Amino acid sequence: MIPFTYSRPSVAAEAVEAVTADPGASFLAGGTNLVDHLKLGIASPTALVDVRDVVGDQVEELPRGGVRIGAGVTNSELAAHPLIRARYPLLSSAVLAGASGQLRNMATTGGNLLQRTRCPYFQDVTTPCNKRAPGSGCSALEGYGRDNAVLGASEQCVATHPSDMAVALLALEAVVRVLGPSGEREVPLEAFHRLPGADPERDTVLEHGELITAVDLPAPPKGARSAYRKVRDRSSYAFALVSVAVIVRVQSEQIADARIAFGGVAHAPWRAHRAEEALRDRLVTEASFRVAAETEFVEARTGRENAFKVPLAVNTCAAVLRSLTGATR
Amino acid sequence: MGPAGSCAHDRLTGVLTGKPSGNETRSRSGRKPALDTTITLTVDGERRELTVDNRTTLLDALRDGLGVYSPKKGCDHGQCGACTVLLSGRRILSCLALAVAHDGAEVTTAAGLGEGEELHPVAQAFLNHDGFQCGYCTPGQICSAVGMLAEVDQGWPSHVTEDLGAPVEFDEAEIRERMSGNLCRCGAYPGIVDAIREASR
Repeated sequence: MIPFTYSRPSVAAEAVEAVTADPGASFLAGGTNLVDHLKLGIASPTALVDVRDVVGDQVEELPRGGVRIGAGVTNSELAAHPLIRARYPLLSSAVLAGASGQLRNMATTGGNLLQRTRCPYFQDVTTPCNKRAPGSGCSALEGYGRDNAVLGASEQCVATHPSDMAVALLALEAVVRVLGPSGEREVPLEAFHRLPGADPERDTVLEHGELITAVDLPAPPKGARSAYRKVRDRSSYAFALVSVAVIVRVQSEQIADARIAFGGVAHAPWRAHRAEEALRDRLVTEASFRVAAETEFVEARTGRENAFKVPLAVNTCAAVLRSLTGATR
Repeated sequence: MGPAGSCAHDRLTGVLTGKPSGNETRSRSGRKPALDTTITLTVDGERRELTVDNRTTLLDALRDGLGVYSPKKGCDHGQCGACTVLLSGRRILSCLALAVAHDGAEVTTAAGLGEGEELHPVAQAFLNHDGFQCGYCTPGQICSAVGMLAEVDQGWPSHVTEDLGAPVEFDEAEIRERMSGNLCRCGAYPGIVDAIREASR
């Protein structure tokens, strides 16, 4: 670990300025991912700018039924917050499905969105990895592939995004509020995380020095039911093999609206627009659910070790739709 | 021990001596930015000042800097829970916290939970129910259990809580889920669950 300076500004613009002006600087919030990366040699900043005094740590009501989640709100506080539990139980469920009690007490909302893949090769500096060392190659293509992406991957990177929270936020159509050197901007979560393409070293569209200050949620869809389901190798404290967030509204035995997002299948949390389209106005039957979920994975590309993810995702999605709509098999 | 551990050991020299380190001197002269920082921690009720290399984790500051050996270094990567301490009453992993980012913090370790000679009820329950064998993970288990029981008291739900809007029904499934961040290689889990169930009454 190389030495670094530490500062803790009290004004957001100062934090942004400090990081913008220094290519070696990095923001620090809860530290649960970054401190590990410092130890592993994945990140080597020469300056850490602690943002816990400059981003909000409250959940506030917005006009028209939405909420604003300060980027500094911890995962624990978010999941337990009365407003979130009442209006967005999907989000509470997703947050509670991730990490451990101790980690959720440290990790923040902004940091969760910026956490990096747990691909074993990304985390092992002795192996080639295009995300960590651009141009060095992808060890996961021919190596251990159980975690690999099945949708939207590239020849350069097959890593998956590890967040549970972000999958629920994607289905809830969250908007990320960002402060940069030239002011504020809003980025819909769907446009926030990138697919790997030819430059997998960039996980998100953020530029160096841009700071997440808050995440806004619009009012939840009226009359809809929602659920988050995560499938993993052990029943707690493990990353998702596949996860799914579903928000669905049924009218006269038909799907009026559905929003579906998957975790564990791609470089970014994956919004299943094709499946949503395929469900519209369909009768609530097992067959509709299965066909819709399969539609999303038509272009899936799998290897020897991760082919199980496609049927797992389809089955999980269908099961959640079944339980939310009361359909029978 | 990982690279962080050995680094921290080397770089904590000068800690507790009260003498400013070389880096700090450079900082005061304005030539180079500070790579060391003097911080204050209140540990188990005692206010302590120390100078840390900014890279030092809270765990290394406690153990190597202050000689507080109750929190243990297991994995040093946030995967085992052996380093769990309470920060203003909340359980956290001290191996993933930078000491410099917790200047002024109030830290409680398992050793600081009791009243004088009297064990904390959770620690006593671990004894009563054989909630450990080798004992290495135990201080982290106990801090985690104390923090977790406070979370339950506040009505915080968990992954296995059926109804997010209703009070928590505190059963074995809740204990196991909420304690999943603390590993025990001896496999004393049945005793740990029994101990926590007793302490929760």
